[in-house]
Amino acid sequence: MDFSILLILSQDAVTNSAIYALLAMALILVFGVTRVVFIPQGEFVSYGALTIASLQLGAIPGTVWLLIILACLAAVMETARLLSSGAGRQLPKALVVTLGPPLAIAALVKLCAPLHLPLGWQVLLTMLIVIPMGPLIYRVAFRPLADASPLVLLIAAVAVHFVLVGLGLLFFGAEGVRTPPFSDAQLTIGTLAVSGQSLCVYATSFLFLALLAWFFNKTLYGKALRAVAFNRNGARLVGISPHLSGTVTFALASFIGCLSGILIGPITTIYYDSGFLIGLKGFVGAIVGGLASYPLAAAGALMVGFSESFSSFWLSGYKDVVVFTMIIPVLLWRSLSSVHYEEEE
Amino acid sequence: MSERLLTVNELHVSYGKVEALFGASLVVDRGTIVSVIGPNGAGKSTLLNALMGVLPSRGTVVFNGRDMAKITIENRVTQGLCLVPETRELFAQMTVEDNLMLGAFTRYRKGDKGIRASLLEIFKLFPRLEQRRTQFAGSLSGGERQMLALGRALMSKPTLLMLDEPSLGLAPLIVKEILHTISDLRSTGVSILLIEQNARAALQISDYGYVLENGEIALEGPSAELADNPRVIESYLGIGGGDR
Repeated sequence: MDFSILLILSQDAVTNSAIYALLAMALILVFGVTRVVFIPQGEFVSYGALTIASLQLGAIPGTVWLLIILACLAAVMETARLLSSGAGRQLPKALVVTLGPPLAIAALVKLCAPLHLPLGWQVLLTMLIVIPMGPLIYRVAFRPLADASPLVLLIAAVAVHFVLVGLGLLFFGAEGVRTPPFSDAQLTIGTLAVSGQSLCVYATSFLFLALLAWFFNKTLYGKALRAVAFNRNGARLVGISPHLSGTVTFALASFIGCLSGILIGPITTIYYDSGFLIGLKGFVGAIVGGLASYPLAAAGALMVGFSESFSSFWLSGYKDVVVFTMIIPVLLWRSLSSVHYEEEE
Repeated sequence: MSERLLTVNELHVSYGKVEALFGASLVVDRGTIVSVIGPNGAGKSTLLNALMGVLPSRGTVVFNGRDMAKITIENRVTQGLCLVPETRELFAQMTVEDNLMLGAFTRYRKGDKGIRASLLEIFKLFPRLEQRRTQFAGSLSGGERQMLALGRALMSKPTLLMLDEPSLGLAPLIVKEILHTISDLRSTGVSILLIEQNARAALQISDYGYVLENGEIALEGPSAELADNPRVIESYLGIGGGDR
């Protein structure tokens, strides 16, 4: 290996790490606030990439239908909940809130999809379609289980993952897509050529990570979400609703997933099921952070990115094996270094 | 002055098949301190948790003229009901100041501009919290944690503050300080429902008292009268009985 290959591999590693770090943040956030190990996180990545690819072809993406189906399911569940608790008077408002935005988005997409709008608008439309899925999935699959054990929530998450992957195949087919890059610019530093797309990924990821850090450390809403993660009972007693925080968290998760999908669409070919593996690698990063620490998770994401990139050079057939094997020493170290309360008499 | 703030009628709470509260009824008037005393396991904490909506219950709870039956915990907080549980439930990995600010979360959502001013008031009430404002709540001493729990509750500007054993596990000097602060709170217009094992101290600072035994209200009356009641003296105030 010479220096230029090292540079190229490192560049690849940093690009991927940035995406894994974003996904790891989303996973930690969702787990902290709702105790859901959110296996379908990666599906937002493939939905993001596939949706924008459809829009670029001037077609109506199948995800719009999923959005409508989810909204209808949520509306039915909300109706049942309000009627059974005798709060029928709130029904019209609840229906407008649940059904209104998704239907409006669907209408907008139908109107705009054939127009071949510029890239910025396509990104916006993609986000409008994919982001509401997060809160809707929370409403349909996880809110009814809010008091269940993390194991039950994990099983539900696996079920949601299978449903979303299956629907992905139905909506987009088995063909992979690769979207055109956001910019054709090429930056050359010595022997290293950095593509404009990679720069886009770095800039967006770092900007977004900084924004997340600001949101959680400086704003009261961000602190409220952290408070729910630390102490659910305490959070309820100061008036932070677990349902509201779950909804906000899932919206952030779908936003992060969709953004990652849009960013990596031009770098790698995305299939309906690609998101799972990408999400899992973010998950390895999150595990390094114990599903709790954001800086450690970012370090973990870097570790995943680098080992993936370098093992693809040395052991290309085993690159995923190398990445996922790394989780074993991490778990070993975590299990040896953390305190086991259940062993106390 | 004697306007009803809280009316509890025939409150029943059960844990599975075991009933913990058998039709307890009590009232709290605006601007007063009401104490509930009783032995361990009498259902005192159960009572407060049911009033806050943490535990499901049967019976009627009317707070500030509104039936609380279908109101969630969060909305009870918004309406001015606030509970400081025995376990305090602080955010241990967050700073003292963040804990206090989160206490005002419902006010923040409503766009209240006076939150910073309230923070300064809390610091005036508990100067020690101001010294520790950037420290994690988990690093505080027991007394400071209780002050923080009280401060956090006050940040929501409650109409009725429910305190579960505020003196539990604290050194006698700190207990005195905390109880003194609670008694001073009356002048700020907040009403207090106080649960205490330290019956003597509770009856000293409260206007009215209830004795809860085996899930039922066994006795009630103005605190001064209760303190003179032979049964109360024998069971809760007598030598060796004060902390039973």
